[in-house]
Amino acid sequence: MGGARVAFDLSIPSDIQYIEGVVELARQRCRELKFPAQKCSLNVPVALSEALSNAILRGNLSQPHKQVRIRAIVDDDDLVFEIVDEGDGFDLATSIIDPTTIENIGKEEGRGLFLMERLMDRVESFVNDGNVVRLTLRR
Amino acid sequence: MSFSIKKQGEVVVVDVEGQLIVGNRQELKQKVLDELEKGEKKFLIDFSQTGYIDSSGLGVLVSLSKKIREQGGELRLANLNDDLQTLFELTKLDTLFQISDTRERALESF
Repeated sequence: MGGARVAFDLSIPSDIQYIEGVVELARQRCRELKFPAQKCSLNVPVALSEALSNAILRGNLSQPHKQVRIRAIVDDDDLVFEIVDEGDGFDLATSIIDPTTIENIGKEEGRGLFLMERLMDRVESFVNDGNVVRLTLRR
Repeated sequence: MSFSIKKQGEVVVVDVEGQLIVGNRQELKQKVLDELEKGEKKFLIDFSQTGYIDSSGLGVLVSLSKKIREQGGELRLANLNDDLQTLFELTKLDTLFQISDTRERALESF
């Protein structure tokens, strides 16, 4: 990412009530950076909301003393979000299911990772001073 | 973000104002289940004032639809904007729900 700069960098407590504020900030940055309208109104809000819920509920198990850090990094081509929690991490490849199959479509759960993958150009999960999920959106 | 519920004829109409996400999905679920418990059978959720829906919100719609059907009722949806239409197509939930372009058409369809 040549010429990359941080669009925002913040930490929130492990409480789902903070998700909407972070998503709104990301949406504003997306628009200011002149990304296509639907990417700012659909792809970013939904994918980031999923990543934040996973970090709060599954990573940090909603424990109030644990934080979730969110960094947004931008360059000419990409907008990248890094969501870091204090959990044990997970294997993205084995955790994702297809919620559109006949056996899964009627289930309440199981669409989060699928939506992140469909709405972002790249989704990575790795451990680096915390459990990191990196979402990359190309312009 | 909030939900308003009113009765139009025999149909309970729910307006979703703002987002339908992990932080408020239980509120919607409880409001609809309360109406179901009172004996209401026909439900319409109108998304004309909705921003975005996350996987938890979609999950609640699936769960409510199932519970309403189990009680002999039906849940229909109306006024999905382009973003929400895309979301329903991606998850194939457009095949699970009856979706109308307008509230009026949805009400007539019951």
